[in-house]
Amino acid sequence: MITFLIFTAACLGIVFYFFGKKQALKIKSSTGSLHSLPKYYGYYASLWFLLPSILIIICYLLFAESFITNNLINSLPIEVQSLPDNELVLILNDIKNLAVGNILNSESFLSINEAAQFYNNQYVVLNQVVFYSSLILGLFTFLYAFRSITANFRARNKIENIIYVFLFSSASVAIFATAGILLSVLFEAIRFFEIINFSDFLFGLTWSPQIAIREGQVGSSGLFGAVPLFLGTILISLIALILAVPIGLMTAIYLSEYAHPKIRSITKPMLEILSGIPTVVYGFFAAVTLAPFIRETGDLLGLSIASESALGVGLVMGIMIIPLVSSLSDDVISAVPQAMREGSYGLGATKSETIKKVILPAALPGIVGGILLAASRAIGETMIVVMAAGLSARLSFNPIDAVTTVTVQIVTLLTGDQEFDSPKTLAAFALGLTLFIFTLFLNFIALRVVRKYREQYE
Amino acid sequence: MSDASITEIVNKNLKKRYKKEASFQRYGQISILLAASFLVIFFTDIISKGYTAFNQSEIRLSIYMDQEFIDPEKTGDIEEIRYGNFDGLVFQSLYDLFPEVTSRAEKRKLRNILSSSAGIEIQNLVVNDPSLINKTLDLWLPLDDEIDMLLKGNIDVLLPEESRRVSDSQIKFIQILQSKGLIEGKFNDTLFTAGDSREAEQAGILGALVGSALMLSITFIVAFPLAVAAAIYLEEFARKNRFTDFIEVNINNLAAVPSIIYGLLGLAVFINFFGMPRSAPLVGGLVLALMTFPVIIIASRAALQSVPPSIRDAAYGVGASKIQTVFDHVLPLALPGMLTGSIIGMARALGESAPLIMIGMVAFVVDVPSSPLDSSAALPVQVYLWADSPERAFVEKTSAAILVLLAFLLSMNSLAIWLRNKYEIKW
Repeated sequence: MITFLIFTAACLGIVFYFFGKKQALKIKSSTGSLHSLPKYYGYYASLWFLLPSILIIICYLLFAESFITNNLINSLPIEVQSLPDNELVLILNDIKNLAVGNILNSESFLSINEAAQFYNNQYVVLNQVVFYSSLILGLFTFLYAFRSITANFRARNKIENIIYVFLFSSASVAIFATAGILLSVLFEAIRFFEIINFSDFLFGLTWSPQIAIREGQVGSSGLFGAVPLFLGTILISLIALILAVPIGLMTAIYLSEYAHPKIRSITKPMLEILSGIPTVVYGFFAAVTLAPFIRETGDLLGLSIASESALGVGLVMGIMIIPLVSSLSDDVISAVPQAMREGSYGLGATKSETIKKVILPAALPGIVGGILLAASRAIGETMIVVMAAGLSARLSFNPIDAVTTVTVQIVTLLTGDQEFDSPKTLAAFALGLTLFIFTLFLNFIALRVVRKYREQYE
Repeated sequence: MSDASITEIVNKNLKKRYKKEASFQRYGQISILLAASFLVIFFTDIISKGYTAFNQSEIRLSIYMDQEFIDPEKTGDIEEIRYGNFDGLVFQSLYDLFPEVTSRAEKRKLRNILSSSAGIEIQNLVVNDPSLINKTLDLWLPLDDEIDMLLKGNIDVLLPEESRRVSDSQIKFIQILQSKGLIEGKFNDTLFTAGDSREAEQAGILGALVGSALMLSITFIVAFPLAVAAAIYLEEFARKNRFTDFIEVNINNLAAVPSIIYGLLGLAVFINFFGMPRSAPLVGGLVLALMTFPVIIIASRAALQSVPPSIRDAAYGVGASKIQTVFDHVLPLALPGMLTGSIIGMARALGESAPLIMIGMVAFVVDVPSSPLDSSAALPVQVYLWADSPERAFVEKTSAAILVLLAFLLSMNSLAIWLRNKYEIKW
């Protein structure tokens, strides 16, 4: 019914556009003057017609379900209404399932068929009300707009104002999205910190989120000390950076200072492919190919390396961020003014001396900014670690041990069925908040450093 | 110091300095070679693991469609036929090939070389065309995934029997069948026509492909207009003030927020607050739209910046209003650049899986979704799910799914590059 309404309204909207345009042309031919182009009068009329439909459909999508569920609850027998909330939810689900034609295993109460019928009837009535009211109201608003079309009517300005408001609100979505992220994570995190002490979370040394179901259960202490997670995240990111920074930086230097255009035209797309590979694919590679390889190499050398070692995960993550490091460094290196290079050559320095003594120091802030961005990417990276890193938190900084990370724990805590208000689930949001704040901080610094550096040479 | 002695000092060090120069250059070359070799190793690994998945071993059986098995009451009713013993039919024709196998245990081993979908295939055949009853048909039927692995050489027959999943007698059966020419590798169309399954030989990526397609459409419909409008506002209309700066800071931050945080947002806002269904492409599409939004804004702003001011001046000169200038003259010229940027952003969204896991898309879904509100898988999440499965056959399937995913990404990126080259105007 709603799809039909959208379709009908859209078709009528087009028809009314032509009505408005025709009226404007009529006025123009009779009075000889018109403030705006005729099409703007068409848009104006059509928009006024669509306005009620749009508003009603948005309200319908947001509130119809809860409104009808409310009516349904009120129509149920008193003894059902007085059931505790979770049982009532089950019964409501049964009714809705029955209403869409599914077959139930058991009848929860006698008049369930009537209730389903009631539910369906309510929807039929509401749909009809919505359908006719939006079209009829639209007709009235259209008539209002249609009658206001005169030779002096400033239709273009009205339309342009509407477009301006739309553009402005689209740009504001960025603010709402950031606020949405912050608030949604913050609310759940606050509920978590009501149960678990803030400093226990931030400085605790043991992470074992299993909560004892019965007294004295072994290994189910419900401890939420996040230090092992932070340590694991830092260890893996550090390994990644140790691999990616030298390779990425040298690639960028070679490409911008030495490489023949032909080599550049091959290497650039190659790096783009490397950066375009989905992280889940990197994760598969780390788990299935690299981790066994590292373990077997370790066996040959007499080392016992965990098959989910931080080393393997870190190396693959390093490969992933090579293109990021190289493209960011490339940008800053080519932003160093040519005059500085020429000055250095004029003094008799070789190319490598120029790079090491002049270009790199000049580009250093930008490069540091780039590395910070890469670090924030490594810290927030999820799929590689979920697929290839360990699950159990261990307080270790040894690259051949299996460690776990913040993102791994968020995924583990939130997949599977839990109650939505147990500390275990809420802990994921607390970790998310920590991750968000930390990456925000890194990005903020990195962007400031890069921008400041850029202004220096502009 | 005289000139001569300076020259002397310089000359003395020159050899060493040139050597350093050469070795520095070599470091650069080695770095590029390393990056290139990662790429090569990576692709060789995935392709060598995955290409066999496009093939599926099948067995040719001639099956007598015995009415005793299919419809013992001889009702001829389709509903009765649907419940016929089709597995029994298939097993019977397999037993007929090996009359010497009599013990129950051996018979079970013999049965298990077939995929459990063999009976279902015949059921579909007969239900669609009941006139086949009491006729003999020659059919190619899929083998079990472990047998498939054996035939593809992924199971070491030299291992002791207990430590492999194919028994000695099954290997013997297969050798006999092979010598009779009854086993062949056929193109694995199940991979592209089926949803997920616990049985490797019956699992396909169609459900995931459709889920991803639904999701990307929603992402594009939501993110593209909003992001283009935001970019137009920021480039053409926004005054330089605090509020504009604040919007820009927010966009830059959104572009750098880890994707898993977007998943948390989707879980808390769309699912828990608005009560949208879990694992639905609608929610996934909205989350990915939020993620892609800053990417498209940044690309669209660059495209708008590249339109020279003379175009705007000319439009103003003939009396166009600001909005008319932007929408009738600047936007059409910037649109190819915007589209290119958005396609690259969409390609990134297609490969994204962390936020989708957060909103419950890891659920095991067999059916192909028919609307954005149905439960569904997505291509990268399917890769993640299959990578977790212990069966050897799923490693092959995972690599094949990765190859399909990479093929889509590559074609999207090529499309973007083609668009750029075709429509980009050099001013």
